[in-house]
Amino acid sequence: MNGAQDMGGQMGFGPIAPEKDEPLFHAAWEKRALALTLAAGGMGHWSIDESRHARETLHPADYLSSSYYEIWAKGLEKLLLRHGFVTEADLKAGAPVDPAAPAKRKLEAAAVSAVLARGGPTTRDKAGAPRFKMGDKVRTILIHPTGHTRLPRYARGKVGTIALLHGAHVFPDTSAHGKGEQPDWLYTVRFDARDLWGRDADPATVISIDAWEAYLEPA
Amino acid sequence: MAHEDHKHGHSHPHDHDHDDHSHLTSIEARVRALETILVGKGLVDPAAMDAIIEAYETKIGPRNGARVVAKAWSDPAYAARLKADATAAIAELGYTGRQGEHMIAVFNSPDVHHLVVCTLCSCYPWSVLGLPPVWYKSAPYRSRAVIDPRGVIAEFGVTLPKDKQIRVWDSTAETRYLVIPERPAGTDGLNEDALADLVSRDSMIGTGIAGAPTEKAA
Repeated sequence: MNGAQDMGGQMGFGPIAPEKDEPLFHAAWEKRALALTLAAGGMGHWSIDESRHARETLHPADYLSSSYYEIWAKGLEKLLLRHGFVTEADLKAGAPVDPAAPAKRKLEAAAVSAVLARGGPTTRDKAGAPRFKMGDKVRTILIHPTGHTRLPRYARGKVGTIALLHGAHVFPDTSAHGKGEQPDWLYTVRFDARDLWGRDADPATVISIDAWEAYLEPA
Repeated sequence: MAHEDHKHGHSHPHDHDHDDHSHLTSIEARVRALETILVGKGLVDPAAMDAIIEAYETKIGPRNGARVVAKAWSDPAYAARLKADATAAIAELGYTGRQGEHMIAVFNSPDVHHLVVCTLCSCYPWSVLGLPPVWYKSAPYRSRAVIDPRGVIAEFGVTLPKDKQIRVWDSTAETRYLVIPERPAGTDGLNEDALADLVSRDSMIGTGIAGAPTEKAA
């Protein structure tokens, strides 16, 4: 979706101004928001794609004025409501009021190291062969879906070159919406900056995205 | 709404400005409520939360990536494995898992400088760099890294020659990119530990160079 999250090429946000000696967390609640997001994700009821979509569907004004852990916390709240683990009555009370839907799993402290070390690989088996090979010219499709996609606006309808092949990966556009993993071939597609940003762009810059085959056509 | 009024140009709650206070209280309360509810319902184990925080505070950080870089500088066979299959080569050092499941190492050279961003969210190679800094997740960096990377890098104090190619990697899938910076001159005699000390977090994102005195790996 064309939400506030799709930031590539937007202007007016000001300097980056990295913080000197930045602490890992800026407040105690940030630690809890991080850990809660991972622990609740560990119940196994939503994909990383669905959680990204929960965050990007925040109102743009809310998204842009929230710190990243705030975005996470607000996204988590949506996921928990949607999947029946938390109700509006619980949130109003700030405490458990209603019974929760049963969870598939619970992340136990003893399992944390192993779970983090394993992660969630997204490669999947897929029959057949990828349509494109290294060096092929491709054009990204021009789409403006209302749902989740990982094809950023700045790279839609653009001609680039296949620079890497990554095998088949879970397709976020369906995975985010409970429509299955539908694994698809994943590539790195490289663009000349001038093909994305026009004649004034830096001629010595290239930009790549990772793009699923469904995003690509021969050029 | 946006961040023009923040002197650091991005939104994060450590600026304890007075007018932010009620806002802070609200997000703190909201997160606390979620934790109380989930723990109360038996869905989340608070000890697991503590273990997650401890892992990122003590084990999973940019020192991991610095060791990968130092080994790549010291051991050409390792560098070749890192180039061919970064996930496996990084796993040799024990760094695997969440937000590092599919790693690609990209090597800076005299002709090419790499820069990593996630314009759509905050994708970052946690297994080797830990949790991302606020600026990496914020609008100024995410918006400009793809349209003005040379300017962005200059803002970090690194001026690249006009004709040096910049390759920007927008992390739009689950592949995660680790920049292998150029080895600083005059480091021939150093062992891997000493070399790792020269590898800053920013040099592995591409907003810095190794051996720069301004920032050290945590």
